[in-house]
Amino acid sequence: MSKLCDSLRQAMERAGLKDGMTLSFHHHLRNGDHVLNMVLEEAARMGVKDLTVQASSLFDVHAPLIGHIQRGVVTGIETDYMGGVLGKAVSQGLLDRPVVFRSHGGRPAAIESGRVHIDIAFIAAPTADCQGNLNGVYGPAACGSLGYAFSDARCAGKVVAVTDNLVPYPASPASIDETLVDYVVRVDCIGDPQGIVSGTTRITRDPVGLRIAQYAAQVIEHSGLLKDGFSFQTGAGGASLAVTQYLRPIMKQMGIKGGFGLGGITGYLVDMLEEGYFEQLLDVQCFDLRAVQSIRDNPRHQEISAMRYASPTAKSAAVDNLDVVILGATQIDDHFNVNVHTDSSGQIMGGAGGHSDTAAGAKLTMIVAPLFRARLPIVVDQVLAVSTPGDTVDVLVTQRGIAVNPAKPQLKAQLEQAGLPVYPIQELREMAQRLTGVPQPVPRGDRVVGLVEYRDGRIIDEIYQIP
Amino acid sequence: MKIGRSAAAGSLESSDAMVTISPGEGMTVEIESVVMKQFGPAIEAAVRQELARQGVEDALVRVQDKGALECTIRARVETAILRAGEVKA
Repeated sequence: MSKLCDSLRQAMERAGLKDGMTLSFHHHLRNGDHVLNMVLEEAARMGVKDLTVQASSLFDVHAPLIGHIQRGVVTGIETDYMGGVLGKAVSQGLLDRPVVFRSHGGRPAAIESGRVHIDIAFIAAPTADCQGNLNGVYGPAACGSLGYAFSDARCAGKVVAVTDNLVPYPASPASIDETLVDYVVRVDCIGDPQGIVSGTTRITRDPVGLRIAQYAAQVIEHSGLLKDGFSFQTGAGGASLAVTQYLRPIMKQMGIKGGFGLGGITGYLVDMLEEGYFEQLLDVQCFDLRAVQSIRDNPRHQEISAMRYASPTAKSAAVDNLDVVILGATQIDDHFNVNVHTDSSGQIMGGAGGHSDTAAGAKLTMIVAPLFRARLPIVVDQVLAVSTPGDTVDVLVTQRGIAVNPAKPQLKAQLEQAGLPVYPIQELREMAQRLTGVPQPVPRGDRVVGLVEYRDGRIIDEIYQIP
Repeated sequence: MKIGRSAAAGSLESSDAMVTISPGEGMTVEIESVVMKQFGPAIEAAVRQELARQGVEDALVRVQDKGALECTIRARVETAILRAGEVKA
């Protein structure tokens, strides 16, 4: 029987969709994704109830999920990240069951160990053939790497490829190949490529962000890690991206040839690859269209699976070979625990993504954040959710000063010797509070609406309802 | 100072506040803030203090705060008052 289905409905029926199942989705189309909404809308029409959505990330474009939850179509969410619109609804108590938050490495580890079972995986495929050989580099919704979908395709009970670019057999390259795919369905449009480029993937012009980035580059310069073979990951936040801008002249001046750039890849890292600052890019997700083009055309820009990117149970993972990672935070406490799940009022607006994985793997984990954001100091007594444990975080860089984890006295000495403004983290908090005043503690509800599952499977924190 | 007309100061940018003052009887202060939970009472106290310092007794004051520092809020209130005040000969 042909794998090719006439409609999404037929694919879902042939895959045996029924009440109580777990459906999985990957997020490479980011805020332009149409597939998750399309599948759940069809499930709702079929009268299916009690589904669990197992997603690598959820964005504001997935707001229709709220309606599906209210009508009982969906009763559970497991994800690595959740945008603010859905996060607000969840924080207000939308779901009876707490959302399970994993990391980008913890998720594939849980799937491949069998601890998380996926009944049907829906793979948004920018290009596919009738047997399910598929890739992300061609087609109107080309998104580049499909790294987060690999474990889903390998382990799900049934795998459905959803494409808007059906090509003659065999599609090439085959990122995910026909041996794993049960059904293929063509739809009009799987996503809007404009939505792949999210608002965060542009270098900041804010002088505070630029000052932070400048200090961050100096911390790398004096960390002792900047030598040939240097490997590096930075987030897509404006200040994190700006670090690359300051790092380039330092690498050039020192004559350093980097080894690899890792992670979600942006055009800024592609430029560094092409100009010879790095030998390779290892790419689990493209953050912009320039990265999409590069992964398609440049053999030194490789697609990697989430398992290879960050899994704690893989025989080895790229994060374990990482020298420096630059990450953001909404809050960081005296013990360097970092919150990226909620805002300062405790409302969900994010998730670990690869934060805790890269922090655990990298030799130098650096948090970049302003001293305070809209009157709220970044350094707090206690974070509202522990996303990344403090024993995996080495340095906090703000525009007014740098704090080094006391577990790294040698690094602290090196930075002080370089003349950088190093302070105890408590002093950065006090510095902020002298300007902002001391914030009143925010009240929290009684019910747990989110669980933070660390990459090793332990629940390390609970997120409470907003009263 | 007597408030003779409506006036505003500030903006709705992050870390700023928009303060609007109109003529009224008695003092009404309305505050919206992105940091209401953390700083609501502190913002109201600063606004009322600034109004008292300028001798304003009757006004309708609206503050839309986007996380401004207290010095910013006080400056916005003061400017709004001076723009709204009746100039004495």
